[in-house]
Amino acid sequence: MIEPMPSQDPRKAAAALDEARLRQQAIGVRLRQLFDEVVNEDVPDEFLEILKRGDERAAGSE
Amino acid sequence: MDDVSEQSPAPRPPRTAADDEAFKKELVPLIPHLRAFARTLCGDPASADDLAQDAMMKAWDARASFQMGTNMKAWTFMILRNQFYSEKRRSWRQSQLDQEAAERTLVAVDDPEAPVALDELRQGLAMLPPEQREALILVGAGGFAYEEAAEICDCAVGTVKSRVSRARRALHAILDDGAYDRDGRSAGDAMQSILADAERLSTVR
Repeated sequence: MIEPMPSQDPRKAAAALDEARLRQQAIGVRLRQLFDEVVNEDVPDEFLEILKRGDERAAGSE
Repeated sequence: MDDVSEQSPAPRPPRTAADDEAFKKELVPLIPHLRAFARTLCGDPASADDLAQDAMMKAWDARASFQMGTNMKAWTFMILRNQFYSEKRRSWRQSQLDQEAAERTLVAVDDPEAPVALDELRQGLAMLPPEQREALILVGAGGFAYEEAAEICDCAVGTVKSRVSRARRALHAILDDGAYDRDGRSAGDAMQSILADAERLSTVR
């Protein structure tokens, strides 16, 4: 049988809520960091080559 | 490519070179974001860059259909995502391999000094269903509003909201019980280290 959660101390409950919020925030911060890690990498030259070629195609026959 | 031959203007009456220039000027700063989004879809950095480059070419080719002044970031993300899923449909077997590669790469960290918590978050993300991961990334990291994410993913706003909240809960649970595949680490370590890092970050700020 599962013991019911001892819900006596409202201060404890508030602290648990705060902690849950803090955890979600922590995950959010991390998630952005993970994404920004890639955003901050140097962009490989090939990407700009594509646009250069695009210009040529636009300027050429196509 | 050093031989850039300047030829006579294209026979494209409505579209001018200045239009293309303006388009390009807006597209270039988006490249890092497209790469990051592609990385979250493919995992493997090499195929992610292939995908991002394909998407860029598609965006360039479709530039006439883009309404300047509207959200180019959302537009290019949508192109990239469509490209990803159409390639996936074309070759299911290949996509299975991609998925495995993604999981391997999400685990691998280039920087050996990267904080452990990031590594664990990568693994946690890899365990989420793709549609939840995508929604969470767009809203939680890509800076998109729910409405924009819904447009990118071609689904209802409510669907995005519920995917994001399910993803958050699942990720929380995964990190909390250390359910990700990493041998020799006890439950809750990931969350502890994420919290510790977050605290450090917040005191720095």
